[in-house]
Amino acid sequence: MNLDDLRDHLCSVYPDLCPLFSVEFGDGVLTVGPDALFSAANDLKNLGFDRLLMLTAVDRGEHFEYHCRLLSRAMSAAITLKTEIPRDRPSVASLVPLWPAADWQEREVFDLFGIRFAGHPDLRRILLPDEWEGYPLRKDYADPRVIRRPDYI
Amino acid sequence: MSGLVWGIVWGLAAGVLIALGALIGVWWERKLSGAIQMRIGPQELGPAGLLQTLADTVKLVLKEDITPRAADVTIFRIAPLIVFAPIAMSLVVVPYAAGFAPLDTSVGLLFFMAVPAVSVIGVLLAGWSSRNTYATIGGIRAAAQMISYELPRTLSVLPFVLLAGSMRPLDIVEAWQWWWVPLLAIGFVVYLISSVAELNRGPFDLPEAESELVAGYFADYSGIRWSIFMMAEYGGLVAAAVFGAALFFGPFALLPGAAGVVLFVVLSAILATVMMWAKWTFPRMRPDQLMGIAWKVLTPMALVQLVLVGAVVPWL
Amino acid sequence: MALDVESRQVVETAEGEVFDQLVVNVGPSHPSTHGVCRVIVHLDGEIVTRAEPVIGYLHRGIEKMAENRTYLQVVPLTDRLDYVGSMYSNWAYCRTLERLADIPVPERAEYLRVIVCELQRIASHMMAIGANGADTGALTLFVYAFDQRERVVELFEALCGQRLTYNYVRPGGVSYDVPDGWIEDVRAFTTEHRSALAEMDKLFFGNTITRGRLKGVGVLSAADAVAWGASGPVARGSGVNWDLRKHDPYSVYPRFDFDIPTGTEGDCYDRARVRLYECYESCRIIEQALAQMHSGSYRTEGLPRLIAPPPGDAYDHIESARGALGIYLVSDGSPRPYRMKVRSPAFCNLALLPMLSEGHMLSDLVAILGSLDPVFGEVDR
Repeated sequence: MNLDDLRDHLCSVYPDLCPLFSVEFGDGVLTVGPDALFSAANDLKNLGFDRLLMLTAVDRGEHFEYHCRLLSRAMSAAITLKTEIPRDRPSVASLVPLWPAADWQEREVFDLFGIRFAGHPDLRRILLPDEWEGYPLRKDYADPRVIRRPDYI
Repeated sequence: MSGLVWGIVWGLAAGVLIALGALIGVWWERKLSGAIQMRIGPQELGPAGLLQTLADTVKLVLKEDITPRAADVTIFRIAPLIVFAPIAMSLVVVPYAAGFAPLDTSVGLLFFMAVPAVSVIGVLLAGWSSRNTYATIGGIRAAAQMISYELPRTLSVLPFVLLAGSMRPLDIVEAWQWWWVPLLAIGFVVYLISSVAELNRGPFDLPEAESELVAGYFADYSGIRWSIFMMAEYGGLVAAAVFGAALFFGPFALLPGAAGVVLFVVLSAILATVMMWAKWTFPRMRPDQLMGIAWKVLTPMALVQLVLVGAVVPWL
Repeated sequence: MALDVESRQVVETAEGEVFDQLVVNVGPSHPSTHGVCRVIVHLDGEIVTRAEPVIGYLHRGIEKMAENRTYLQVVPLTDRLDYVGSMYSNWAYCRTLERLADIPVPERAEYLRVIVCELQRIASHMMAIGANGADTGALTLFVYAFDQRERVVELFEALCGQRLTYNYVRPGGVSYDVPDGWIEDVRAFTTEHRSALAEMDKLFFGNTITRGRLKGVGVLSAADAVAWGASGPVARGSGVNWDLRKHDPYSVYPRFDFDIPTGTEGDCYDRARVRLYECYESCRIIEQALAQMHSGSYRTEGLPRLIAPPPGDAYDHIESARGALGIYLVSDGSPRPYRMKVRSPAFCNLALLPMLSEGHMLSDLVAILGSLDPVFGEVDR
């Protein structure tokens, strides 16, 4: 299914999601508000996106960009769910009730970005030790033990 | 007094036999597994690497004998000997030639089956005293396994008592007839499989399963004490092979004098090779499957064999 | 005289029954954890009541490191992700970068990428099957499988001089063209590999003990495989016919005729056997690719050393030996990635371990872990 068909299908089933759909670098993207994330994800799941492929975040300075890629084998289509999470209140709904695959991936995002997932059954650090301080993938993360890489360019 | 002297002599002889068996057995197993696995095996020391095991022995003896701090020291230290001694003892009742067994006793068969069973206690103590979860599980697995396989193993040699009318190994060897081989085929299979299981060798090496329990009950042993465990394993292999060869195939009845002894050695080597071959070919079993085979397959098979022989005996 | 206090846990069931549980710490340094994984196992006798994987022992922060390197300098980092299948990480990264920076790739390079990746699949699956054998005590299978893997690794060494971290697939092509005689060597290998596979099939998968050990152990239903995001042989072993080479075709894969082997039961046996059959399919793909490949340039000439893609983000994935391996790159217009995220199939597959191993025996736990085929360079990143 190409992106136009995907847009048409989405618009016919969920008209309210239609204006949020855009295309970036050949990928369908659905940008929603942080509060509407869970319902949008639920709608996409009902639409046939049965797999959660990847869940991650990007530190954009004043906010975190939440990035969740869903895939449908039946429609052979993928869609990216994006939302902006404010930095001062880094919390968003967990997708574990929809896809158990989100379990470890949300733990990883919590571990490295410090984003809390409301409704996650077991939100703990996963890659780093439990007593680690700070969230390394944040751009403002500073660790005195880290030796800066010289600018070789 | 002379009994004590002979006891010491035969004890030493058994020790030497086991040491030799382990020395050659380890080399042969390494060569055999090498051939099975497209490798060469030891080749540097001595002709065809024959002295490799000797060098390994020297290394093992010189290694530090480590006792874990949390271990129960006394039990930890004597456990290998408790494993080794009964197996060495069992070798003295084996008939090594027509009319010759170091200890000619009227309960030889019972002795050979019952005495090595004592080594279970050593294995259990070794696993328990190490204070290591892996070792404990290994020790408990070993105890369950060795006790279970005692039964089919003992049942598998009982037909000899029926056929020869005696528990004395020399009597059995003397009474041996060629048609015992086809008659006792089932019993031989049960004997071979349960002997391998009794020795905790692959595919029944659950107590020391290196992929789950690392090394099981001897995980914490090193140096000479570890090598005593290895000696016990190879000693058990030798004992199972020589006893099986002497009783099931009757080499002394087939060929007279020295030729019979040569045949006996060859047959023992073949039996030991078959047991090694199984180890390097088959995957390991799971504890429940292992118990299932002992109780649901081997024990009934041995009983069927016993009934079969019992039906034949009155017609002799 | 008792066990350590920490290794005992008294558990009270809902019925008020109190029993001791043994807590065994498997790993992080253990022969069957395929790297540095730690599994905290709660045992009731031999039965696993809870198995909790603890990962992160190999976490090197590759995603963070990538943010401080130029786009080309990241390629060697991707080698260190899945160190049993470096070609895949190279390729997934290069595909994403090529999409982001709009870098063309010559056709010959695409064919070379397909050939090395299918060879890599064989090498990786040989490792997985051999490890499956070693976990269940069949050490001979391990040696047989490693013999085959060694041949692939020798082909790679002839191609790019490396045996483990190849750094072969580069943005815009590959690093070297094939050396003289290499194509004939690959053809000879595929023929020989087929007979070796048949032998392994007979030695291991036909064995009664193997069937008893692996069949019905760690059963993963197709619905669970989809919901948990399982991919690769783990999902296909459960009958989920999903392979990115067929269902999201990339590169020149649509030009080849090959099948996707799937299992029916979703147990350890099916997962391992799917890997074995995939090796046959890889041989088919390699032979077709060698026949179709034309001479030409193996890389795009004139690429700048400092690639600075336009701002934006892109995701692309390929079917690695472990499943859907994706790389997500965010560019802010500078010559360094703003963010790199690896969608690691081994990470997602390993999350299944607690579910699959519950109620099985300790011996099954290592078999299940082996059948998930985790590579901890990729799990921990």
